[in-house]
Amino acid sequence: MTTALPEDRLWHLFEMMLLMRRFEESVVKMNVENHFTGHYHLYIGQEATGAAAIAQLEARDTITATHRNHGHVIARGAEPGPALAEIMGRAGGLSLGRGGTIHLSDPALGFLSTSGVVGGSISLGAGGAFARKMKKDGSVHMACFGDSALEEGVAYEALNISSLWKLPIVLLCENNSADAWDKSRGGYTSLVHAANDLRSIPGAMGIPSIRIDGTEVDEVHAAVAEAIAHCRSGKGPMFIEAMTRRWAGSAPLWPELSTGVTDLKMATGEAPMSGEHKAWYEENDPVLKLARRLLKTSPQAKDRMWELDRKAIARMQAAEKFAIDSPMPAPQTALEHVFA
Amino acid sequence: MTKMSHAEALVTAIIDSMAQDERVYLFGRPLGLGPQRALMSRLTDRFDERVFDPPTCEAGNAAVGVGAAMAGLRPFVDLSTGSFSFLAFSQIINEAAVSNYMSAGKLPAPVTFHCLEGARGGGAPQHSQNIHGFIWNTAGLEILAPSNPGDMYGLVRAALASNNPTFIMNHAKLMALEGDVADDRKPIPIGKADIKRRGKDVTIVAISLMVHDAMAAAETLAREGVDVEVLDPRTLAPLDEDSILASVARTGRLVVVDETNMQGSVASGIAGMVAERGFQSLKAPVQRVARPDTPVPFSAPMEAFLLPTAAKIADAVRRTLPKA
Repeated sequence: MTTALPEDRLWHLFEMMLLMRRFEESVVKMNVENHFTGHYHLYIGQEATGAAAIAQLEARDTITATHRNHGHVIARGAEPGPALAEIMGRAGGLSLGRGGTIHLSDPALGFLSTSGVVGGSISLGAGGAFARKMKKDGSVHMACFGDSALEEGVAYEALNISSLWKLPIVLLCENNSADAWDKSRGGYTSLVHAANDLRSIPGAMGIPSIRIDGTEVDEVHAAVAEAIAHCRSGKGPMFIEAMTRRWAGSAPLWPELSTGVTDLKMATGEAPMSGEHKAWYEENDPVLKLARRLLKTSPQAKDRMWELDRKAIARMQAAEKFAIDSPMPAPQTALEHVFA
Repeated sequence: MTKMSHAEALVTAIIDSMAQDERVYLFGRPLGLGPQRALMSRLTDRFDERVFDPPTCEAGNAAVGVGAAMAGLRPFVDLSTGSFSFLAFSQIINEAAVSNYMSAGKLPAPVTFHCLEGARGGGAPQHSQNIHGFIWNTAGLEILAPSNPGDMYGLVRAALASNNPTFIMNHAKLMALEGDVADDRKPIPIGKADIKRRGKDVTIVAISLMVHDAMAAAETLAREGVDVEVLDPRTLAPLDEDSILASVARTGRLVVVDETNMQGSVASGIAGMVAERGFQSLKAPVQRVARPDTPVPFSAPMEAFLLPTAAKIADAVRRTLPKA
């Protein structure tokens, strides 16, 4: 049984998860209001994993993410304004509008290039971990990726190298295949792998592999703490399969928030949970889950929760204004930065 | 000047770069399977802790190099036979080449790739590919094609010092070639062509191994009273267009030679560039000498039939001359 995290830690994670959630609600809002076009992939439903995992990295550690990266970038401390502006293709974006949602990255925070090619987080991450190992200072690399990354050949090659060379890489697989809308509902196929258990793939290469509930911050925290310690002590990679339930949220497949803007009254009991997503609100939404838990801690918890939510919403309103006010890049800047 | 082989120049340049810059690491063994492979011990004797033997996995090997470059190292990644580097193309083209661009300069990826490409003799289709034409179509890579040991030394030093991803296109048949390496041991600036032979009648632009066939053709033609200039671009990207145009302005005639098959070749690209920017200089149509658009067969007579030779280059030069 995992030890429960102290209350102040839970509040801290809750604050971050709320910001991650409100950030992505802003992404959808900006898209629906035609402030930008193009596709994006939402992280909603996976916040407990990203927040609890990334909070444990130190400044010297590096990280790679995927096309579904908004949560990781915010969790690592990127400013929501420039992050949102990047998604909207603005000159004020983190990469001056050259990467967009797919390649959201903040190298100043230890992000390597965010690859939009599935498997890229693991493969570039092995390189990041190689650099960390050569530093000989106990720093680590965290590769965040989805279950489909393990369908790619390069992931297999990178896992092999990581294990052979004992690279300090935390392999954080966010398995979001459960409940994702499949082809029958107009979506993509979810996980397509002959291995019944994804842990068996790194496991075959001698990489310690565990599975956790990725919607429970204590479980994520404990597993990642163990993996980071394992890597820092020079024992090589460790693999964590965090089971999450992402709800539909990828434009253009699902251009609006199908479960609506998150209403914390669903945690306080002041708003009903019904309809097609009832079970998700009740059991899977990590923000609501943690809110319910925190509400039980003290009579003042409710006020504190609303205060944090007001803060997150205000921050995102400012971020939206920053992004909308940010000009589009001058067309001829497309010619810049081809070479360093 | 010090005499050394192409392979020795490569090894010496890597050693000198490693000695000067502790961020330089070597993944793989860039000396191929010929007798030059014995030179590897010079590297491992001195820098064993910075030489890594990856498993058989071109994509994984390249990815580790690219990721490590993003994280501050200067990896030299050997992709062995050029034909196998197709397996690493996503890492080279989709990751290394675009990292600086899509981070607006915040995250350069200064990795150096190397392969032994081209028709090596009996390689059959899957061990004879020239890949520089494919890679030349990528924006964001510096592509180097040293034709002799002196250029090899200087360009490898330049590649490992560059803040950009670089690709050293080495031709398998050059490894045993002997030549002079300057004793000042300096890098050669990337993007600077070199005139290997001065001449006033016709310009031959030749790439990599083809420089040697072009030089042989020039000797033949000299006996016929034709004074040929041989220009070696040395770096394909960035391409020293100005030096090519200046040479064509002097001679008025151009032959471009590339071992790659014609479609999408560097020969075609350079011919197009000169047609656009140097048309007024031309006294005759540009001639391209490249392989027909055919895979390279195993059997020697068929292989030889397809490849550019000094005789084919000399014929192309004659086609640019006024009818006697």
